[in-house]
Amino acid sequence: MTERPVYIVDGSRTPFIKARSGPGPFTPVDLAVQCGRPLLARQPVKPDAYDQVILGCVNVIADEMNPARVAALRLGMGEQMVAFTVQINCGSGMQSIDTAYRYIREGSADLILAGGAEALSHSPLVLRQGAVEWYAELAKAKSPFSIAGQMSRLRADYFKPVIGLERGLTDPITELNMGQTAEILAHRFNITREDADAYAVASHHRLAHAQEEGWLDGEVESAFDREGNVYEADDGVRPKNDMASLAKLKPAFEKPYGKVTPGNSSQITDGASWVILASEEAVQRHGLTPKAVIRDSEWSALDPSVMGLGPVLCSTRMMARHGLQREDIDLWELNEAFAAQVLACLSAWEDEEFCREILGLEKPFGRIDHERLNVDGGAISLGHPVGTSGNRIVLHLVNAMARLGRNRGIATECIGGGLGGAMLVEMVQ
Amino acid sequence: MNKPVLDIIGKTKLELGPAEKQNFGNWWLGRDDDNVAWAIVDKKNARANTLSQDVLADLEKVLDALETSLPKALMIRSAKSGGFIAGADIGEFRQVTDPAQVEERLRKGHAILDRLEALSCPTIAVVHGYALGGGFELALACDHRVAVTGASFGFPEVRLGLHPGLGGTFRLTELIDPIEAMTMMLTGKTAHTQKAKSLGIVEVITEERHVRAAIAALVKKRPGGRSRGLKAMAFNLETARQLAARQMSAKVEEKAPREHYPAPHELIDIWVEHGHNRKKMQEAEINSFARLLLSDTAQNLIRVFFLREKLKANSGGKSSVAHVHVVGAGTMGAEIAAVCAMKGLTVSLSDPDHQALGRAVKKAGKIASDAHLSGIQVRDVLDRLMPDPKQYGLARADLVIEAAPEKVELKKELLASIEARAPGHAIIATNTSSLELPELVSALRAPERFAGLHFFNPVSKLELVEVVSHPGSSAKTLADLNAFVGAIDHLAVPVKSYPGFLVNRILTPYLLEAAILLEEGHEPELIDRVAQEFGMAMGPLEVADRVGLDICLHVAKSLRDNLDTPVADIPAKLKEKVDAGHLGEKTGRGIYKWKDGKPEKSGVGGEAPEYMEDRLILPMLNAAVECLREKVVSDSDTLDAAMIFASGFAPFLGGPIHYAKTRGTDYVIETLTTLEDVYGPRFKPDEGWKELGK
Repeated sequence: MTERPVYIVDGSRTPFIKARSGPGPFTPVDLAVQCGRPLLARQPVKPDAYDQVILGCVNVIADEMNPARVAALRLGMGEQMVAFTVQINCGSGMQSIDTAYRYIREGSADLILAGGAEALSHSPLVLRQGAVEWYAELAKAKSPFSIAGQMSRLRADYFKPVIGLERGLTDPITELNMGQTAEILAHRFNITREDADAYAVASHHRLAHAQEEGWLDGEVESAFDREGNVYEADDGVRPKNDMASLAKLKPAFEKPYGKVTPGNSSQITDGASWVILASEEAVQRHGLTPKAVIRDSEWSALDPSVMGLGPVLCSTRMMARHGLQREDIDLWELNEAFAAQVLACLSAWEDEEFCREILGLEKPFGRIDHERLNVDGGAISLGHPVGTSGNRIVLHLVNAMARLGRNRGIATECIGGGLGGAMLVEMVQ
Repeated sequence: MNKPVLDIIGKTKLELGPAEKQNFGNWWLGRDDDNVAWAIVDKKNARANTLSQDVLADLEKVLDALETSLPKALMIRSAKSGGFIAGADIGEFRQVTDPAQVEERLRKGHAILDRLEALSCPTIAVVHGYALGGGFELALACDHRVAVTGASFGFPEVRLGLHPGLGGTFRLTELIDPIEAMTMMLTGKTAHTQKAKSLGIVEVITEERHVRAAIAALVKKRPGGRSRGLKAMAFNLETARQLAARQMSAKVEEKAPREHYPAPHELIDIWVEHGHNRKKMQEAEINSFARLLLSDTAQNLIRVFFLREKLKANSGGKSSVAHVHVVGAGTMGAEIAAVCAMKGLTVSLSDPDHQALGRAVKKAGKIASDAHLSGIQVRDVLDRLMPDPKQYGLARADLVIEAAPEKVELKKELLASIEARAPGHAIIATNTSSLELPELVSALRAPERFAGLHFFNPVSKLELVEVVSHPGSSAKTLADLNAFVGAIDHLAVPVKSYPGFLVNRILTPYLLEAAILLEEGHEPELIDRVAQEFGMAMGPLEVADRVGLDICLHVAKSLRDNLDTPVADIPAKLKEKVDAGHLGEKTGRGIYKWKDGKPEKSGVGGEAPEYMEDRLILPMLNAAVECLREKVVSDSDTLDAAMIFASGFAPFLGGPIHYAKTRGTDYVIETLTTLEDVYGPRFKPDEGWKELGK
């Protein structure tokens, strides 16, 4: 079977909106609609001409089961639009692209809208297990006597809610918070607090610069809420951050000695992103202008306690398949879950033993130049809407390569639970 | 691609039981296995049922058959998919001139509904869609009412200068809380399904798919006769009714003064006097209705009803516009976008000011919620309305509406850039109230696709839209625009490009004269009161404040500059206010001070001097005649309709031309001549009067 080329035609995302107190202005589907409308409108193809809609979303809210389908209908893509939601935690937005890529490559679809949407500010409060059981017993109680009896068994701490988001960011196998997995990597690869803070400062400065230069125009489309507020740019960016201001922050996960602080971690944020994928046939038929072509993708798995190294495993394996060396990759988007985690990945690639024993390389992979890595900032400055980030890094990789005249790039992310995902993209000349 | 599934299986089939097709003229009648009779009303050669005389006559035959062999129960419903019965046949109201003949017809109708009510088997009306006026009254004569979700009930008679005339006055006040019943009849507002249930109008709400089961259950549960509400008991005492009526009267007087609109006041009188005695109330209802029907007010309002139907018919045809791109998110652009999105169109709205786009989204949400749309409907409206700072929607649009500020150069620049980017088939329309189209047309390469769409503020409330042609606009462009206006449930009035077009040309002299009276030292409250006593929905100075004094000034100046006929000098006070930034409601201060969307008026402004009313009103009539002479609009009926629907010209007087004819054209010319002698050439009677007088 011949494999058909799969093109990235276009894409756009919402501004990433930092979660503040209470639910933000948009649900996951609202966000998907906000950036999907202008994206669909600026293409010459009609919204109902797509074959499928695939959306990554981790924290699906109760009102939006299968958010992909809800979004497709709300975007006016027609009742006959097949749409489904995918979930692989922090890789969901890339999994949607990967799934679309495979459908198109094998010839069962020609035009797919693939995205990610996440509204972490809408994460529900979860009842404690004890409270759930108590409610169930109360529902069964029929006589006044048994109701009274059950009432007397009510405990005050049943009403202390568990924040769903906190549970979601804790690995269920190891009971380690994601921040703790970054602490482990910092320790193993000798990443200092100063290294992590310096990386975070650069992330903010790079994003602020990109915003100022207008490099995100077209990638970021303004969002408008019902109250008339306009969201034009990622609002988590702090251009004035410096080493001194970050040094003041206390560790967030392992007090008092930890190195991972709110300042050098990704931010809790709401946002959505879409990418349009097309076959050669669809490009011809609809008069589309492809920007890039997807060459390959790869997923890897490892111990959940060191999930942050996921990108190293999957990227290296994918590159080996194509005989690519470090210098063959012009640009990297490596999702910034934590500064320490990104830096640990870079160190692992330089570590002789790690490269030999884990990656199967005869000599170390080598240091990825910071000038080729996350050139316009990342999740530390932008935020990390978990189901969206994987989509955003593919989209931004393409846009950044177009701007810089680069040819080949990799977008890759670590995934809570011990996974990594990577995608190899080349520009259409 | 396949057809949508619901294209084939989605059509709701009405449950019509065992009735045979039209075996009783406009009715079908049949009996099911349980001996329940199904009487189905299906007016011949009509899309909707009305309770016309032939429909009533056939109902009588149905009753003959039922009385001969009484069924276990009787079920009445409509065979029309749109609804139950839309009310009386208003056309029949226009042909009568003799009060005795009206009374006779009413008594006949009453006798038939009384017979239906007296049937000794249970009777059930099943209502889907609307049951209005006489339709509602027929349902009220049944023992039980079942609503299919979506049903609505109401008495719109008051809008025609009437009150219910087929027993509604006493049957509704008996059935539900009389205060609620009176409110429905006095306001003409309809009660939708849930509201009808909570008021006690219907007992059961069901879906179409469960109608048969609902009827069977109702017959089983209530084999006996009617069940009547008890709330009426409290108002059996005349003193109790008098007390309640005092409040009602005060409220009604505010909106519809007795002098102009007697019907609601008479209705209150009837209830107060006879509310405890059904026979007497029925008699009073018949007498009063017959009298009201032949009054000028009712006949003029009925004429207005038909003028509206005529405008609707003009705005007919299938619209080919699916995507509208609106340029400019100011007051007008935002409302136009919201209305289009509410009517199911895909809308993109662009403006260089992103905050304005945000405000437009908020406003659209409010307009949709105020129109009682449900949560998911409001969501869909907002999903269809895309704020579009980068004008992506332009390349997709079937119609582009430019609603930028009223500056010639800006508009020309915009129109040229729109034409460059819009698809070849798209119509390009400008929303302007004061610029003439020939000034703008040079900006376009294809003038045949260009025309004006003059919406009135607020677009969501005022239905009228002037479709403005210029010598180069094509017939297809104009027809498409008329159909578009119809598709968004507005009323299209085709007009020729002329200074002020039609409505503003006629209205501006009236507003200007009000400003001159103000300049002469009269209180604004007095000037507004005089106009309202004449019958204008709102006083001219309040209108000017609401529209914005800057806009009024702009229109007035453009009329002065462009008309051949004399226009008054613009009063200095008006200019001063605009220069000082006191523009009216939008700045919180204009002629009045504004608070919470209302002008702060003090007192009534004293005695009205002679000629004040004529000075205000006659310039409108004069300008109307000029517009007819200049063929700005096709005919006087359309002109009257436009002035009533866009400017609130006293509807009970039937519009400016109708009013002029009623008052006597000779008399109007004479008065204008007198005013001309005293106040100057702005009152000079137009040449067109001669033609009109013929």
